Amino acid sequence: MNYLNKDLNSLHQMLVNKEISAVDLVKGTLSNIKDTDQEIEAFNNLNDRALEDAKAVDARGIDANNILDGIPLALKDNIVTKELPTTASSNMLKNFTSIYDATVAKKLSDLGSINVGKTNMDEFAMGSSTENSAFKTTHNPWDYSKVPGGSSGGSAAAVASGEVPVALGSDTGGSIRQPASFTGIVGMKPTYGRVSRWGLIAMASSFDQIGPLTKNVFDNALVLNAISGHDDHDSTSSEKEVPDFTEHIQDGVKGMKIGIPKEYVNKLAPDVSEAIQNAAETFKKLGAQVDWVSMPNSKYGVTAYNALQTAEASSNLERFDGIRYGYRASDAKTLDELYIKSRSEGFGDEVKRRIMLGTLSLSYDNVDKYYKQAAKIRTLIINDFKKVFADHDLILSPTSRVTAFTIGVEDQDPIEMYMNDILTIPANMAGVPAMSQIAGFSNSLPIGMQLMGKPFDESTIYKAGYAFEQNTDFHKQTPKMGGK
Amino acid sequence: MADKITEEQTQHIAGLAKLELKQAELPEFTQQLNDLLKMLDTLEKVDTTGVEPTYTVTDQINVTRKDIAEDWGERDALLKNAPDTSDGLIKVPAIIDESEDE
Repeated sequence: MNYLNKDLNSLHQMLVNKEISAVDLVKGTLSNIKDTDQEIEAFNNLNDRALEDAKAVDARGIDANNILDGIPLALKDNIVTKELPTTASSNMLKNFTSIYDATVAKKLSDLGSINVGKTNMDEFAMGSSTENSAFKTTHNPWDYSKVPGGSSGGSAAAVASGEVPVALGSDTGGSIRQPASFTGIVGMKPTYGRVSRWGLIAMASSFDQIGPLTKNVFDNALVLNAISGHDDHDSTSSEKEVPDFTEHIQDGVKGMKIGIPKEYVNKLAPDVSEAIQNAAETFKKLGAQVDWVSMPNSKYGVTAYNALQTAEASSNLERFDGIRYGYRASDAKTLDELYIKSRSEGFGDEVKRRIMLGTLSLSYDNVDKYYKQAAKIRTLIINDFKKVFADHDLILSPTSRVTAFTIGVEDQDPIEMYMNDILTIPANMAGVPAMSQIAGFSNSLPIGMQLMGKPFDESTIYKAGYAFEQNTDFHKQTPKMGGK
Repeated sequence: MADKITEEQTQHIAGLAKLELKQAELPEFTQQLNDLLKMLDTLEKVDTTGVEPTYTVTDQINVTRKDIAEDWGERDALLKNAPDTSDGLIKVPAIIDESEDE
């Protein structure tokens, strides 16, 4: 069973009409993954109990009013679950199994959906190619020699290759949207506070958000419906009411005002530039107003983000000390030696690099120059968004300046790698929702378009994304591997 | 512009974060840290006079709850994740290094 041509609604109808059982679905999914994943390598661990979970769903019967009932899905390997290990693709957590389920995992399983496995990622979500995993390199379903993007590259590749219809990822500086862009699927980073992070292994806590990766916009809205809402266990999760994100999704873009920041279309690959121009034309044809806007402070985004994100990450990763859980070096004689050896052997190079840069950013001599100055620049970036959103509904841009790059090409140069996130970081800095979806192809590789919205206005993004999808057919194309 | 950091300083910074780099790793890490710091140094050029810093973008301010301890009853499961245990406790090497007192 692969999901290249099946949306959630059609799967739900099959389950309701008993054309297929949840057990059939899970069996088919696992056998397809075993086949496909030999080349894609999207999964770190498969869930041995998935079949038991499916049997339980079949035993009580599919709920016709619950679209996620019996649906197999995958979770990024930094979302903790009781049923199988959570590794963050790090040797530090290679053998770690949580004693509780993350709120998003619990919400989805309470709805009867079935977690079939945990997906590969850059170690501790640090990277944009999934090459920084301690375990394996995930391949892009459109071209196995290319990266799937990152850090949620395993989740993106699993959905794009039809292994699962839905996966969750996390996005700190673009880690849902950039892999969605590279693999031609839909990835939503919701508003900061929309989704509880309880049980997400923290990277940079003032940026991290969990969100859905799906084959199409409607499915994405359905999954966000399921995982949103306040959670007492995450005090940053908002108490704002969660709308039904599908309610107005078919209303169209007529009268909508969409701005394209002129600073976001610099240095684009030519095909990417053309795809975004075409997208703008599509929106205009559908009755939206599209014009140029300016977000002059976005250009400082990557640098300011690096000062803030590494600072937060260095603090968050202090907890990995080799004592209570995680990797412990075997030959330490003193407690201090145990900390140092466990961390030095357990963390990969990129994690060490970021911890060290964060430590520097927060050090007494530098905290004003780096950390605090970056926090002020964050305010300037937020003000840019406020100005544009005063008279626009959405901001349109590419998700990435390029399409998927070749495995092994950029992983030697950290700064080059950080620049990959230049168009996605501003939404994390401001906490606004942003989604990537496919808007074209360049040499058979997908091009992603990004729509950013006002805080807590994911609905308008979905509405525009859905209208775009209805009037284009990029999302209907499937990777070559699908023909097998 | 800050002075370039040396390999010694790189090891010192690693030590602050309870990390230790191998001698062979030091040149590359030092080079990369210097490149990254050069990048961060450009932040100073941005005029932020009178701008307040933003440290969080949550709309939830001062969230409080009653301070009630919750017993999860998961002691055994928790201990399973500990690398070394003994009699239901987590085992660690000696905390006090006696050689330091000599």
